[in-house]
Amino acid sequence: MTDRPTVAQRLLGSQLVWPVLALAMLLVVNVIATPTFFNIRMQDGHLYGPLVDIARNSAPILLVALGMTLVIATRGIDLSVGAIAAISGAVACTQIVDSSDQGAFATAIIACTTAVAVCALLGLWNGFLVSVLGIQPIIATLVLMVAGRGLAQLVTSGQITTVNNETFSNLASGFVLTLPIAIIGALAVFALAAALTRRTALGMLIEAVGINPEASRLAGVRSRTIIWTVYVFSGLCAGLAGLIIAANTNSVNANSLGLFIELDAILAVVIGGTSLAGGRFSLLGTLVGALFITTLARTIPNVGIPSEANYLFKALVVVVVCLLQSPAARHALRVRRPRAVVPVSVKAGPA
Amino acid sequence: MTQMDLTPAATDLTADHRGTPVIEMEGISITFGSVRALDGVSLKLHAGEVHALMGENGAGKSTLIKALTGVYTIDSGRITVAGEPHEFSSPAASQAAGISTVYQEVNLVPNLTVAENMMLGREPRRFGSINTRAMNRQAGETLAGLGLDIDPTSMLGAHPIAVQQLVAIARAVDVEARVLILDEPTSSLDADEAAKLFEVMRRLREQGVAIVFVSHFLDQVYEIADRMTILRNGRLVGERVVAETTQLELVKLMIGRELEALERLDREVAATEADESGSPVLKAIGIGRKGSVEAFDLELYDGEVIGIAGLLGSGRTELARLLFGADSADVGELKVRSTRRRFRSPRHAIDRKIAFSSEDRKAEGVVGDLTVADNMLLALQASRGWLRPIPQATRTKLVEEYIQALDIRPADPAALMRNLSGGNQQKVLLARWLITEPEVLILDEPTRGIDIGAKAQIQQLVADLARKGMSVVFISAELEEVLRLSDRLVVMRDRRKIAERPNQDVSVSDVLEIIAGEARAEEDSRD
Repeated sequence: MTDRPTVAQRLLGSQLVWPVLALAMLLVVNVIATPTFFNIRMQDGHLYGPLVDIARNSAPILLVALGMTLVIATRGIDLSVGAIAAISGAVACTQIVDSSDQGAFATAIIACTTAVAVCALLGLWNGFLVSVLGIQPIIATLVLMVAGRGLAQLVTSGQITTVNNETFSNLASGFVLTLPIAIIGALAVFALAAALTRRTALGMLIEAVGINPEASRLAGVRSRTIIWTVYVFSGLCAGLAGLIIAANTNSVNANSLGLFIELDAILAVVIGGTSLAGGRFSLLGTLVGALFITTLARTIPNVGIPSEANYLFKALVVVVVCLLQSPAARHALRVRRPRAVVPVSVKAGPA
Repeated sequence: MTQMDLTPAATDLTADHRGTPVIEMEGISITFGSVRALDGVSLKLHAGEVHALMGENGAGKSTLIKALTGVYTIDSGRITVAGEPHEFSSPAASQAAGISTVYQEVNLVPNLTVAENMMLGREPRRFGSINTRAMNRQAGETLAGLGLDIDPTSMLGAHPIAVQQLVAIARAVDVEARVLILDEPTSSLDADEAAKLFEVMRRLREQGVAIVFVSHFLDQVYEIADRMTILRNGRLVGERVVAETTQLELVKLMIGRELEALERLDREVAATEADESGSPVLKAIGIGRKGSVEAFDLELYDGEVIGIAGLLGSGRTELARLLFGADSADVGELKVRSTRRRFRSPRHAIDRKIAFSSEDRKAEGVVGDLTVADNMLLALQASRGWLRPIPQATRTKLVEEYIQALDIRPADPAALMRNLSGGNQQKVLLARWLITEPEVLILDEPTRGIDIGAKAQIQQLVADLARKGMSVVFISAELEEVLRLSDRLVVMRDRRKIAERPNQDVSVSDVLEIIAGEARAEEDSRD
């Protein structure tokens, strides 16, 4: 009864096919527009080139999206990541500016650690609202989304704080082992998240809670702890992203840092094949999704369209992704395909 | 069989005193895929009567109602309204014929006023905008006509659920309803609230409305209904006049099969000797929960199977959920091996080696998008915590062992749970709990809706487990099954434990009599 699917069938059946194809298509468009697009050169032991830029630019979105993936898998959503990133940047920059030795290595380390710790606390707060008080995630995290910007403003006293610390700015522009630190950092978090979810039982329990919370509760799953964990992780990821964004400009503007990054992150998650309804998630898919969004942002000016149109194209992507996920649209697609035999739809059974 | 079951009295009543029925459904059949949900069922409704639709879960009551309300299209049969043949192709067509339904769950808008809810979609208008004053007046008149003292301008959501239900009824009959269908209207009401509802129903009956009443509470049926139609397994069993049918007869009709045949059923009551000398593995002392089940005592010994019998809605499930901590008890205490325990969540019970398989497989058991292997290991993994994953070798060994032992098909650990049949899903859920090596296994309807082969396998498994020393609480709507497997029998009724006795020489009819007899005893004591 169950024929082993061929390699092609399995590949086509994989959730990763569409995002990878889409990404490849974007890259091809870029190469056509700019034949040197794939050129990578080595200079002073560092890699440079459009592809490296894309990878580095995608680091903040990827970080935020990784946290978002796990939150979404539990049927939640975290709207506060942008605000958390802003707070992270604000705390780190203010600490550096306020310290006696602004340029020191230790100063940067202490500042970043403090910032990330604050973000973990903010994640705890979100997790508390959702898992203990049972507030709907979208509302619970909306609280911090709005209040967080205010907090960040308070930290920076409403000023654009500029810092001068080499270690800190290396977060965005430095290199280790020929690659930008930002890329390595984001990939490290990706590997950590993958190990944490797939080498332990966390991933399975997250999915169980996301798919059927009541069955999970009756099976003895500590869903509260699990939900709490994913929000803290999301907070941590957003914090790291905030540091990279702040380091990129060596300054923090509490109003604009990480603005709308939650939307990019959610988009990356959805492009990667994780359903907003919760349940099964794919971190690898999210990685591809984040790369896709960053590549898209790069493609638009590259093919000669004003970059203001970026949002328009993102919106198009959202529409396409939604269509691909909608059962009705999939059904319609299947009907058009001549070979596929559509089973006669059966009436719903008795309630 | 259908025709023979009609008592002469019922036929007379129909023919002589009532004239043409308001609604007549004849030979209604509905098929879903390969399942025949209704098979030649008939229903006659007369003006000014309360007609109870009786039958166990899955007997076809809701399918019949949905055929009448136009939700399902019928495959064969005839529906006539006041003698005129009608086709109900949509709910709107049914409503246009004067049939209104009030569902178990109130589906009104809580943040609109009572009047707005009642007039929703047909608000009186003046100059194009809603005439609030006229709307409130009309709604008030309707409510008063039903003897209800509810302020039409108050917010619906501010009222208790019982009042909301009455408003829903008021809305339903206000649409010139000839037929009112009440599906389990009393399930969330207390006695006083139900009495209020019955008052409204009587008033409507006097006004000539035909009321279809579906309830699992036999006493309520006897209090309010005039006639009843009994269904079983999608077939018509008979139509009866309530006053001329004893509760025992009714229960037999609902459960079915001839009594003699039942008595002859061979029972292989577990030959195991329950070890009652030691302390009970689980002991409930007066535990109960308001609105769920009245306080009860229960002792469970090693290697013993306790069967819980009772009709649907009798509190069987609620009892099990309290023992497991799925719901927390308001009163009483629970002892596990003589130590007092408080189960605030299922986790606490699982830590004490208690397992519970819910009757609602889909909502409370199956994690559809995970694999069979993950579903099996969920409870064990949960109790280990996420930091200690089950080693791959152990996973494979456990999963393959149970797939074999329980004959789960397809025998593929990587198959998605939602693609399995009901019986195989049930086996996976059993495996989920057996893997945790429980001392107490609570099974709520483990054989419901699964095919006969899987059913026999599960029954055999329960007997084997008990022989090996596991204590089992076995809940099933099928009395034969309960009698075959249990050492001791607990009978539930109207959310109370009404009897407990060793399962020796107890027949199905004995149990039926306990279920029905209690009502008589109660009535006697009330008089």
